[in-house]
Amino acid sequence: MTAPVLRVERLSKRFPLKGGRFVNAVNSVDLQIAAGETLGMVGESGSGKSTLGRAVLRLTEPSDGAITFDGQDITHLPLGQVRPLRRDMQMVFQDPWSALNPRMRIRDLIAEPIRLHLRLSKSERAARTEELAKRVNLSTALLDRTPANLSGGQLQRVCIARAIATDPKLVVLDEPTSSLDLSVRAGILDLLAQLREETGAAMLFISHDLGTVRIISQRIAVLYLGEVVETGPADALFEAPAHPYTQALLSAHLPADPTVAVSRHVLEGEVPSPIALPPGCKFHTRCPVAISPCRAEVPPAIPVGAGHEARCLRIPDGGNRIVRKEPA
Amino acid sequence: MTLLEVEDLHTHFVSRDIDDRVRVARALNGVSFSIAPGRTLGIVGETGAGKSLTAQSVVGLLRPPARIVKGSVRFEGRELTTMPARELNRIRGSEIAMVVQNPRTSLDPLTRVGDQLVRLHQIHDRGPKAASRRHALEMMDAVGIPDPASRARAWPHELSGGMAQRVLLAMALMNAPKLLIADEPTTGLDVTVQAQILDLLRDLVARFDMATMIITHDLGVVAHFCDDVAVMFAGSIVERGPVREVFAAPAHPYTQGLIGATPERFRPGGPRTVGAQPPDLYDLPEGCPLRPRCALARDICVASVPARELSPGHVALCHRIDAASAAGLA
Repeated sequence: MTAPVLRVERLSKRFPLKGGRFVNAVNSVDLQIAAGETLGMVGESGSGKSTLGRAVLRLTEPSDGAITFDGQDITHLPLGQVRPLRRDMQMVFQDPWSALNPRMRIRDLIAEPIRLHLRLSKSERAARTEELAKRVNLSTALLDRTPANLSGGQLQRVCIARAIATDPKLVVLDEPTSSLDLSVRAGILDLLAQLREETGAAMLFISHDLGTVRIISQRIAVLYLGEVVETGPADALFEAPAHPYTQALLSAHLPADPTVAVSRHVLEGEVPSPIALPPGCKFHTRCPVAISPCRAEVPPAIPVGAGHEARCLRIPDGGNRIVRKEPA
Repeated sequence: MTLLEVEDLHTHFVSRDIDDRVRVARALNGVSFSIAPGRTLGIVGETGAGKSLTAQSVVGLLRPPARIVKGSVRFEGRELTTMPARELNRIRGSEIAMVVQNPRTSLDPLTRVGDQLVRLHQIHDRGPKAASRRHALEMMDAVGIPDPASRARAWPHELSGGMAQRVLLAMALMNAPKLLIADEPTTGLDVTVQAQILDLLRDLVARFDMATMIITHDLGVVAHFCDDVAVMFAGSIVERGPVREVFAAPAHPYTQGLIGATPERFRPGGPRTVGAQPPDLYDLPEGCPLRPRCALARDICVASVPARELSPGHVALCHRIDAASAAGLA
């Protein structure tokens, strides 16, 4: 097996507050992504998915743990030495309107990473800019406009062109389609799937939209309160979710098809504060099948299938099922 | 007997440009639909299609330069578009209630939530204040707010997004409306909270026997919470009908494209009839607004589009319906 492009071990990120307390945004996360693979990261707001995405690129400093990128430990690498590596690790943000300098032309925005990372002549750079615009299906007529003249979908194509300009080995996409309309979103997903084939880059696709994640990812990791509670191949995780939180999350998703029966388990209460994390399993305060050890013991990752594992103490005794399938 | 009947509604934005020329944005172009008591209608469409504007036109909340230039809105037989403001005020907030998208900006930040509920009740019902207060606590309980007595003393900023949306629902229910209009009631909420609110909404609709109009861009919400659906594009309802029928056999090319773009039917690299820029409302094409980007468009599409009833209640506006039906889901 080839070495993963990205390997993250026991990664944590705490943000200090006044009075010596911390916001525990990411708690001891392990994950890895191979070349050409897309890992979908799902979780609700406040689950730490964006912080995790930023931390693996060293856009925010991790508090604990280790990040290995392309065989190199970059956890404590001085930022001056991280910068040249950025050529191989790129990011696409949720809001394309605020990710692009409004005063620059689209042509210059796409050329910027080429100028920073690749030694190309002016004419080579111009040719590469046009080629990138074509690859993301952006009309070259738009290249001399400024971001204000483009639609959200077009701007997100510009952001993707910037991200792939240097042929990176890893692209982190933080909710790249959340601000877009359904039909525009379909076009962006087409593009991402196509680019993954062409470039062989590893992708970390962060989203709260389960339907989108399932389409684009080979593997999925479910985040709750900064912890990965379940990981597995996309189809296995959707068909047989093992962790009670994953089951509840999937049951809350409404498929856009009235003939598909939904058996719902609606969670009570709200997510606890990441400032005062509950002891034991972080989900026990809302879990319908929690037993007393759940309040004290942090559950280990338990294998439930090929490459599929979940952190729930009820898995060995079979008490982890919460959603019963109702007949259609 | 229908509760709400909207017929051929046209809403325009009239403004002057920098050269003092009059510019007209034709934001709604002949919107017609009706809602029967106890039914739930979902209005779907993309940004700028005119979904929220339809709701605002119905309840008379348009602000200049937007105004209704043609058409009628009848609520229990009463014409709302020409009704004097005083009379309309008696209907709004009592017989017709509205829940808007952003719960936090819809609450008065300087008034405790309980007092806001009481205030709304007192405007329409001049009973004793203590009775209004009791009723407010009942409604907060009905929408699943734990410990209503203490939550009534909370300030809006102390509520989570899901809780604030529950307060707005309680507020909408205070005067037992016959029609509830919910404009993107769950957008911006997390999926598990969204599920809580939608389940609650469904229970309340059944319990209080309200008719409901849900505006959403989420076809999942439509598929599972609505009886009927109206698909909007460029200020027109291009297709409407019973949910199961429209999802099983979408007739309009735009509806086909929209349903084909949902995660359930999405196949990477599949054909896309949607996703282009929406048409310029200042310069709408003649005839069918989808014409410039519709693969099936022919010369006939320049003519104004007749509504065609495909089966009882299932209506689509397209010259090329037979060709579209043959093509099926994109």
